Amino acid sequence: MISRLLVANRAEIASRVFATCRRLGIRTVAVHSPADAGLAFVAEADLAVELPGNAPADSYLRIDAILDAARSTRADAVHPGYGFLAENADFARAVIDAGLTWVGPTPASIEAMGDKVRAKALMRSAGVPVLESLDPAAIAEADLPVLIKASAGGGGRGMRVVRSLADLPGEIEAARAEALSAFGDGTVFVEPYVERGRHVEVQVVDTSVFGERDCSLQRRHQKVLEESPAPGLRDEVRAAIHQAARSAAEAVDYRGAGTVEFLYDPETERFFFLEMNTRLQVEHPVTELVYGVDLVRLQLASAEGDWLMSWPDEPGSHAVEVRVYAEDPASSYQPQTGRLVTFDIPHEAAFGPLDRQGVRVDAGFRSGDEVSPHYDAMLAKVISWAPSREQAIRQLAGALRRARIHGVTTNRDQLLAILADERFRAGEVSTALLDEISLPAPGTDPVVLMAAATTHLADVAAGRRTQRGIAPGWRNVTSQLHRVRLEVGGEQHEVGWRGWPPEFPELDGRATAAADGHGWRVAVTHDGRTEHSSGLIAPAPPGRPRRVFVDTPDRSTAVLVIPRFTDPAAQHATGSLLAPMPGTVVSVVAATGERSRPASRCWSSRR
Amino acid sequence: MTTNRESMLAKLADLDAEHAKAVAGGGEKYVDRHRARGKLLARERIELLVDEGSAFLELSPLAGWGSDFTVGASVVTGIGVVEGVECLITANDPTVKGGASNPWTVKKGFRAAQIAEENNLPTISLVESGGADLPTQKEIFIPGGKAFRELTRASRRRQPTIAIVFGNSTAGGAYIPGMSDYTVMVKQQAKVFLGGPPLVKMATGEESDDESLGGAEMHARVSGLADYLAEDELDALRIGRRIVARLNRRKPTATSYVSAAGASAPDDAPTATPGTTTYAEPDADPDELLDLIPADLKEPFDPREVIVRIVDGSGPGNERPFDEFKPLYGSSLVTGWANLHGRPLGILANAQGVIFSEEAQKAAQFIQLANQSDTPLLFLHNTTGYMVGAEYEQGGIIKHGAQMINAVSNSAVPHLSVIMGASYGAGNYGMAGRAYDPRFLFTWPSAKSAVMGPAQLAGVLSIVARAAAEGRGQTYDEAEDAQMRAFIEASVEEQSLPFFLSGMLYDDGVIDPRDTRTILAICLSVIENAPIKGAEGYGVFRM
Repeated sequence: MISRLLVANRAEIASRVFATCRRLGIRTVAVHSPADAGLAFVAEADLAVELPGNAPADSYLRIDAILDAARSTRADAVHPGYGFLAENADFARAVIDAGLTWVGPTPASIEAMGDKVRAKALMRSAGVPVLESLDPAAIAEADLPVLIKASAGGGGRGMRVVRSLADLPGEIEAARAEALSAFGDGTVFVEPYVERGRHVEVQVVDTSVFGERDCSLQRRHQKVLEESPAPGLRDEVRAAIHQAARSAAEAVDYRGAGTVEFLYDPETERFFFLEMNTRLQVEHPVTELVYGVDLVRLQLASAEGDWLMSWPDEPGSHAVEVRVYAEDPASSYQPQTGRLVTFDIPHEAAFGPLDRQGVRVDAGFRSGDEVSPHYDAMLAKVISWAPSREQAIRQLAGALRRARIHGVTTNRDQLLAILADERFRAGEVSTALLDEISLPAPGTDPVVLMAAATTHLADVAAGRRTQRGIAPGWRNVTSQLHRVRLEVGGEQHEVGWRGWPPEFPELDGRATAAADGHGWRVAVTHDGRTEHSSGLIAPAPPGRPRRVFVDTPDRSTAVLVIPRFTDPAAQHATGSLLAPMPGTVVSVVAATGERSRPASRCWSSRR
Repeated sequence: MTTNRESMLAKLADLDAEHAKAVAGGGEKYVDRHRARGKLLARERIELLVDEGSAFLELSPLAGWGSDFTVGASVVTGIGVVEGVECLITANDPTVKGGASNPWTVKKGFRAAQIAEENNLPTISLVESGGADLPTQKEIFIPGGKAFRELTRASRRRQPTIAIVFGNSTAGGAYIPGMSDYTVMVKQQAKVFLGGPPLVKMATGEESDDESLGGAEMHARVSGLADYLAEDELDALRIGRRIVARLNRRKPTATSYVSAAGASAPDDAPTATPGTTTYAEPDADPDELLDLIPADLKEPFDPREVIVRIVDGSGPGNERPFDEFKPLYGSSLVTGWANLHGRPLGILANAQGVIFSEEAQKAAQFIQLANQSDTPLLFLHNTTGYMVGAEYEQGGIIKHGAQMINAVSNSAVPHLSVIMGASYGAGNYGMAGRAYDPRFLFTWPSAKSAVMGPAQLAGVLSIVARAAAEGRGQTYDEAEDAQMRAFIEASVEEQSLPFFLSGMLYDDGVIDPRDTRTILAICLSVIENAPIKGAEGYGVFRM
């Protein structure tokens, strides 16, 4: 029996494992990088050990340091979570050699499935349909498009779609470099790319099947939305996929939780084995909700040598998960960092079961946490569970709309756009769908502008030291409207107002504001209706734009209030070398003395 | 028949129209020309100078009304909050004859300086003026020199003076920055010299240009007249704000007054915040003031109905909105105590128009009581003056009126005056009229002020003329008399109206009655910048 479990991971998944441990009475140990010291998972563990550095190689990939931590805390088992060392056979072996219980499949299974080329061969011989990989040298125009994948990869990293032969060598090289840097193994392989395929995966524990998930909605091969069961599969197809997964697990005598991924072509109803992930998946909660199981508990039971006895029932419900990322879909998914001023997603359960239809949130972040540039940008998973797919989708959209996420740009609006998309709602999902769903236009909604201006002004008025009782902006001789300069989505607006409560003659509206504990309740009357929203101010240093977060019933908008004055001494000259985010320069393309043209590439960098 | 409200609204519409003339400055052509030079208008400069969302109480906006000069007298003055500090702000309006000073500009400036002095305010001058209006130089040159003397005297009183120069400030005008504590000059715009290139050429034969004689760069780098060189107008205002932020100004009272009804800061329960006093909004709606004031001033109205719409409503610590003093005695003057935006206030308000001996004595006593407790006083005027007639003369009305005037003259607590209706004769004096230097005096559009009512004045003149004619044994021409009476009545009527009086700088502005509470609250906040201390003594009270 495990008595003290160390989780060699961070944030959301660490919290997830700890939650099950608490329910089972298992004591917990967290390891964390210095940058993560303030995150919730560190405090949730009974004990915490700080790892040497912030870079993954100095923290969550440092096998020796993690084993030291296990020894010093007298942990008797290690759970790797997902990512980092989760599919590292050397780590599994080191854990086992240290006399600890390894919560995961055997090192042999990891190795067998970890090398994608070998895994394919294994599957082919087990009778599982596979997508044959191509010899890069023999690829012709007719084979395009192709997909380059890192053998040791996962989570979309190291994957590239190539549509032109000319790009192939360069892309393979880049994929190798990225794989080497990310996984320590530069092996890549190339396979045909099914343009409108679906990503359907089957959850197994040991060799039992817990249904399938559809994870087709991906951006840059990173999953954004997952659901179970996969919509629109005929029973025969579903049974065949389950059987193929079972065969795959049996071929390696699989132990613990794993996922067999298939590329499913809805046109032909054919499916191909892609890979087997020998770990718990990010999207495991949809399976948990639909099947009423705790997959972490099953992982622990399997590690303790308990055989899985019961077979799950066929699901009579539906679960949909979305991943909330700190990234900006509008600017090529650039990761966002900074302080999460507010992070509050309404939910009925966290990291555990729901006793009736509702929303579960597995979040690695809380209000006030800092999103650092060092790791994955996922903030939380929001999982909706309901008797039908339609209900689950509506419920999920409701939770996302009511969520208050301030301070860091997220993909929330994109998630809402997906949930509202007709094709998605009809179950017509594919890996290409996300690129076809257009993002909502950035908000120049006059109601948002008025709400933001009112919040700002009410806040300024409340902070006055002098004449606090006088109506803001009062004039006995009126000469002009007062002006507030706001910026929404890079666009500036001059908002004119007068009187208090303020009127906005140019925007044809008026507003009232009342303090409500930590922000302002703002009611904007415009176009014959009154819309209630909440406004929250993030303090900014003087002279810097302050941010007003406006949450209307439909959307959340971060509005910058441009200061009236800027110190000329504090201006940056055009052409200054300010990066939009911290990163590492990986190659310099331009040569000294070379003439650069506007927008020409001088160097490459990565996060 | 028009209602009181309609009548008042019509007068307010007229007021708006007159204010609009002041705001329009030199008119579209000159405003456009000014803007084409990339410059901000005087009021735009002020809007950017004062704290965002703060109030600005413009003073004497109708200065020069009825004269040959543009309404407003080519300068904007007022009290604004800059970096949390109440400041007296003046801004030349360069769209009106290049911002040149006329006799009304000078008077308006002096009044502003007096307000800064009495209330211990820093002064910020937004300078862009072509100097004196030469055709009227005789009325400006000699008295106008006081402006420069007052700047340095303000400095000696430790009332900081800041000049931000946006354009011309030449010849005598050069002493505005010259005499100020702090000077900011806008690059490529400020022009500060005693003599321009033509004058220099005439005097010494030297060839020169504006920049070398008085440009901002020259003054910042060479002469040292400019303490700060601003990149542009916005930067100059930013610097001006930074200067105020560093003045280390603190009010003697640290209390913050907030409305219990108004929105307050999140996480800030006002009652729980130390140093904060909360107050209730008035028990009756200030909007009803428009119904209350009779269109015909001969009709009396109860000032208690005004008071309850101006002062704080009942609430914790202010259980009764108005505690009347001596309510049964001298009933045509209401006296009592109230709070306004949390600040204690003594109020004297005329009730039936005429001041009798009892009212005069009651006022004298009440003013002394307010001085005993260092409580500011508010005078609400609606009086036809002291009672005349043998009975009253024999009863000592002069003595009693003198007691009241003695008390009001020597009272040392701040006085605020609002002329609601009539303010005639010595009643204007006893109620702290302009000559008695109240800290602030505002007029409602319904007001009239003169030595007596126009009809009475015409009638008096008629009686005197008739007596003179009869004395000379001449027959009195009744037709001529009627014409004379009508003419006198009309011209006195015109000269006793608010715009006229405001144009003469006999008040600090004509206001919407509904704004009275806000304006008085600003005034009460402003007067807190100087210590409030009651009188130690009075003149001899004639008994």
